[in-house]
Amino acid sequence: MKYIKKVLGSDLKKYTMVVALALLIIVFNIISGGRMLTSSNFQNLLSGNAYVLVLALGMLMVIVIGQIDLSVGSVAGFSGMVMALAARDLNLPWWAAVLIAIAIGLLAGAWQGFFLSRLGIPGFITTLGGMMIFRGGVIWISRSISVPAPSELKWFGAGYLPEWGPSFTGMNNSTLLMGLIGIAVYIALQLYKYQHTLDEDGKKGPLWAVITRIALMGLLIGYFTWLFGSGRYGTSFPVPGLILLILIIIYHTITQRTRFGRHVYAVGGNKSAAALSGVNVKRTYFLTMVNMSFLAAIAGILFVGRSTAAGPADGTSWEMDAIASVFIGGAAVSGGVGTILATMVGGMVMAVLNNGLMLMGVGADRTQVIKGFVLLAAVAFDVYNKHTGRGNAAA
Amino acid sequence: MDPVILSMKKIDKSFIGVHALNQVDFDLRRGEVHALMGENGAGKSTLMKVLTGIYSKDSGTILYEGEEVEYTDPHDSQAAGISIVHQELNMMNHLTVAQNIFIGREIMHGQLIDDRKMNEAAAELFQRLNIDIDPTEVMGNLTVGKQQMCEIAKAISRETKVIVFDEPTAALTETEIEELFKIIRDLKSKGIGIIYISHRMDEIKVITDRVTVMRDGEYVGTLISDECTKEDIINMMVGRVIYEEPKQKSNVHPGAPVALEVKNLCAGKMVQNISFQLRKGEILGFAGLMGAGRTETARAIFGADKIDSGEIYIKNKRVDVTSPEDAVRHGIGYLSEDRKRYGLILDKSIAVNTTLASVSEFIHKHLIDKKREDEAAQKYVDRLKTKTPNVSVPVGNLSGGNQQKVVIGKWMVRDCDILIFDEPTRGIDVGAKSEIYHLMNELAAEGKAIIMISSELPEILRMSDRVVVMCEGRKTGEYMIEEASQERIMHAATLKKAGERL
Repeated sequence: MKYIKKVLGSDLKKYTMVVALALLIIVFNIISGGRMLTSSNFQNLLSGNAYVLVLALGMLMVIVIGQIDLSVGSVAGFSGMVMALAARDLNLPWWAAVLIAIAIGLLAGAWQGFFLSRLGIPGFITTLGGMMIFRGGVIWISRSISVPAPSELKWFGAGYLPEWGPSFTGMNNSTLLMGLIGIAVYIALQLYKYQHTLDEDGKKGPLWAVITRIALMGLLIGYFTWLFGSGRYGTSFPVPGLILLILIIIYHTITQRTRFGRHVYAVGGNKSAAALSGVNVKRTYFLTMVNMSFLAAIAGILFVGRSTAAGPADGTSWEMDAIASVFIGGAAVSGGVGTILATMVGGMVMAVLNNGLMLMGVGADRTQVIKGFVLLAAVAFDVYNKHTGRGNAAA
Repeated sequence: MDPVILSMKKIDKSFIGVHALNQVDFDLRRGEVHALMGENGAGKSTLMKVLTGIYSKDSGTILYEGEEVEYTDPHDSQAAGISIVHQELNMMNHLTVAQNIFIGREIMHGQLIDDRKMNEAAAELFQRLNIDIDPTEVMGNLTVGKQQMCEIAKAISRETKVIVFDEPTAALTETEIEELFKIIRDLKSKGIGIIYISHRMDEIKVITDRVTVMRDGEYVGTLISDECTKEDIINMMVGRVIYEEPKQKSNVHPGAPVALEVKNLCAGKMVQNISFQLRKGEILGFAGLMGAGRTETARAIFGADKIDSGEIYIKNKRVDVTSPEDAVRHGIGYLSEDRKRYGLILDKSIAVNTTLASVSEFIHKHLIDKKREDEAAQKYVDRLKTKTPNVSVPVGNLSGGNQQKVVIGKWMVRDCDILIFDEPTRGIDVGAKSEIYHLMNELAAEGKAIIMISSELPEILRMSDRVVVMCEGRKTGEYMIEEASQERIMHAATLKKAGERL
């Protein structure tokens, strides 16, 4: 136990969900006779869930400021539909249509952010209104009929990275390169941290722990590189997965290392104290909502690209999956607590559940029931942990 | 009957990184007022939370009426007859006074709540306590002092054998304190045991029978109140001798530049036509009774509340302050009297809280430089002697005095020219108090201009270079420290509208 703590840090509780996720994958793999951990299944799993995870990135920030956004599914559907219509009816090139979709997302966010931050209407109400408005809007402008999308978008929604270079590697070389970059970056970060952080006694931590960490992470990245890269010729780590990965890095940095991110946590943790410290609460609310709808537009684009057409029901109840991911990831309902990385783990738990139950031939009805129980169990576990774990002054 | 109603033996309790209680003993007799004293973080509140079942103890025994008990929920201890009047008020601001007092055990008429009966019962209770509060008033409309009286009324409205008062007088005026003492003596004569936590030495001699002192989570000793001196207690508390030095004359050069000038400021009922000047390096005391409008004046200057009319000049330049953000930009820092609600983000670390008002200064290429942030936080932890294992501890885990130090650190990092301290030592023990005084003097010597709102006259007289007195939203007096006295200030603080105006 002591050695595990040296490797993973003293706060082992935060790995609970990671362990649960790993167990889920392993158990499903065994039950399904090895169909879980295959290249094509994981490629599908990632490109089929990227849009929900993109939504969860924004939803984490919305929940941290103590609000909720129910409109994201509708906004995603609406932006996707406008994009498809702009390309078909106005003959715009695909990139112009994408820009329009993003603009729609930003406008929708500004609209909702205005009601929340300027008029002080709670996000729940504002976005419940938005949910109806944009859902109705999609059906209205599409006349309830699906609209084909520009074929170039398929690359974003379901595409693969190019094949190149020698074939002796036995896998897709783009994926291999990504994996190698990933491992290199991880090693660099670990070494930098090792050089620059001292423990309480002013000493460097043990080198063996760093090496163990690097070895474990290297194995993990290596395995998934192989899993994603060794599929059928022409397949690789999916493009939507790569887009998600880039967004995760960006949003992790925004929440942990920028002034805006700090203000998000401050406003969510104690609005009055933040305001009296000179934090512009209204602007923080506004930008968080704009960002959420921006990501909803991105999610809409990814989904339309994947399904090659924008449908009037696109995005229905996506907000629920996004919200569930955030809470399974350990965010607090009262705001102020939660991280991007934990939210992604929460989202993956949902995705793996969906996928694994499907492989087992469990119907959508029962899948829904199981997901509901998992959400409750995860949050109950979290609350229980917090209640007994520390004698908080708020207790 | 056993004269000892409650006895706690060898109580032990640890939190992550903190050994909060180490083998603590405490006992209480029937009809006794037993003071529990110690610096902030000494473990008094923790001990009481263990007693009432908010925290579970790691080891030790609690005997209550001769039987070993262990409560896991405050409801259980309440039902058994142990009530606590908390330092922080736990009232529902939207409900009426009577609804608050009877919350959870409403008087029923059949299946329906009988509001009329509850109002009558509450009125009776107030009459018994000799307090003038309307039971149908909405709680949020009462002053902090009045709310506290309601909390006390709520505690004694139950069948109670032991009452814990956790700093009951911190927010009360002199008359209210007198009333409270009358109530306590009354309870005492009925054989109720009272545990009395307070930092005010004078009260200890007046109201208590015995004093138990704690320090750093350990039991130090128990004294008979009549047989010990103030100094005995203080020495036991801090383990060192504290030297108090009242201010004789202003340290401010009369020609020092004016840092802040307020002209005819009006904001609602509580701020009427307030004008004053604040000089560089000066500590300007704001004296007055509870509800005199001092906090409201500060909030208006800070942009937290809307200004109706009036002008604010900073360094002789007219400025518009419409939000706290503006105020911070103009170099004003405000330390609220209610630090948990308005000063800190309890879930977040000391480092995050310390840099909350000045994150921009820690940004390097768009990103927060966490290393520099931690260093800055550590610097102020060291300078302010904040007790904590490291700067990544959530401030919610710190004691009141140490939390206050984090708030002070926040504004020191921001390097504000004008600092408004609102009741800076409320609920803070002797040792930390003198540290905070020392710090304020240092800040003033560095050229900061300081407004100090305080309800404690000794504090006003000890710290201020000049004193402004307010009453009912108006300024009723202004004195240089040389001409200020308790009597003069109290006179001005009670100048009602009908009386003479200055």
